[in-house]
Amino acid sequence: MFNDSLPTFWSIWVAIITLLVIFGCLWLVMAVKKSEKYKEETENTVGHAFDGIEEYDNPLPRWWYMKFLGTIVFGLGYLVLYPGLGNFQGILNWSSTGQWQEEMAAAEVKYGPVFAAFGDKSIEELATDPAALEVGGRLFANNCAVCHGSGAKGAYGFPNLTDEDWLYGGSPEKIKESLNIGRMANMPAWQGILGDAGIEETAHYVVSLSGRAHDEALAAKGQAHYQQYCAACHMPTGQGMQMLGAPNLTDDVWLYKAPNLTVLESVKQTLRHGRQGVMPAQLPRLGEDKVHLLTAYVYSLSQQ
Amino acid sequence: MKAHDYIEKRLGLLGALIVVVISFGGLAEIVPLFHMSKTTTPIEGMKPWSALQLEGRDIYIREGCHVCHTQMVRPFRAETERYGHYSVAGESVWERPFLWGSKRTGPDLARVGGRYSDDWHRAHMYNPRDVVPESNMPAFPWLFQNRLSGEDTAQKMRVMQTLGVPYTDQEIESAREAVRGKTEIEALIAYLQGLGTVMKGQ
Repeated sequence: MFNDSLPTFWSIWVAIITLLVIFGCLWLVMAVKKSEKYKEETENTVGHAFDGIEEYDNPLPRWWYMKFLGTIVFGLGYLVLYPGLGNFQGILNWSSTGQWQEEMAAAEVKYGPVFAAFGDKSIEELATDPAALEVGGRLFANNCAVCHGSGAKGAYGFPNLTDEDWLYGGSPEKIKESLNIGRMANMPAWQGILGDAGIEETAHYVVSLSGRAHDEALAAKGQAHYQQYCAACHMPTGQGMQMLGAPNLTDDVWLYKAPNLTVLESVKQTLRHGRQGVMPAQLPRLGEDKVHLLTAYVYSLSQQ
Repeated sequence: MKAHDYIEKRLGLLGALIVVVISFGGLAEIVPLFHMSKTTTPIEGMKPWSALQLEGRDIYIREGCHVCHTQMVRPFRAETERYGHYSVAGESVWERPFLWGSKRTGPDLARVGGRYSDDWHRAHMYNPRDVVPESNMPAFPWLFQNRLSGEDTAQKMRVMQTLGVPYTDQEIESAREAVRGKTEIEALIAYLQGLGTVMKGQ
């Protein structure tokens, strides 16, 4: 896609500066070396005195001096083996992306057959296979638990995956579809159309569908609003419609029941502002093998 | 050594020579990158941050998100398995300043765009413990109250333009309108949802 290498001028520039610095260091180490090459100590002083304290003009200890030389040898050796001198790749031909590709290839050899074996089995089979569920469980913890919770019980605004209630369907095919392409719910806001009174009435009718305490008179008025605006998606009976992800309103599952509000108040909030729940698509990130295992894991949660 | 003494006793000269020595590093490691197409060409399909995203990015910086979150997926399998494709230089061409970060208290965010829903981000930013019980991330409830005026947005974009980001004059003119009245959380989420999305699927 891009030209990975430096223009020739800059390649030479890098090489020259790098070598200049290394050999400059070598020169410096040699140049400041004391003349008394083989003596570790001397009686000469450097010539200054502070409070009567003088400094011997000793050469560097030999081990220290050798370490300096050692770093220079190491540096030169490194530049022969690894990339560093401009466009010269080093005789090992190492690169960080090359190393990554090797890692990926090694992992494919190791894990490829494992995933392939899982891929050949159906979701129903995998849902009873402890090995598959173990892998699926880890994938779930890494990718799904942030929203749906580590126990898949969901949270305010994020569906519980362990019950029988499904927004978009709980068959293996539907679960896989949700994972593959994601889901985008669109419950419109009704404040502008219904007004405060209309919201109040409709909310009372909605909670009456699941047999909750409600005001009869308000609910009766709300029924008309419901049939006009809500029944198209939630069905005239309130059973919901999985094709659109419209929740069943006759059961006791409330995705948007706020922790600090009653069901009635939460329903009013939903009616006023609408809801746009989004499940992000996982196929582009995880690939088919992993989505297959995740489907089996999620499917197994509601089969227990 | 006489020269040695001479330099060590003159601090100004010593300082100047130290700068010369250190500059060798920059001359060899930094300057050549200005002339390398890989580091100066944006990747295919990349668009500059929208006005709202640019404001979100400034909130990201203001709140210090980059102190705990990196934006740099390194080419290791452990990272690419978790976050997606490793980061490439072309993605950062218009990043001024870059927000690669250097410490991961929280996860890397280079490819967080599209990974979670807007609702999740809202819940998470309002109180991280509501969605991730073991999280030690601070809550940012004021982002839901503060609104953007958009007064400086056009100026910020103009500065980016002079730095080489291809904003059109029309985008800059409409910047204020695009931003004014939006809450800070909207801006921040718009920014987060755009992070790393161009490389996806490659």
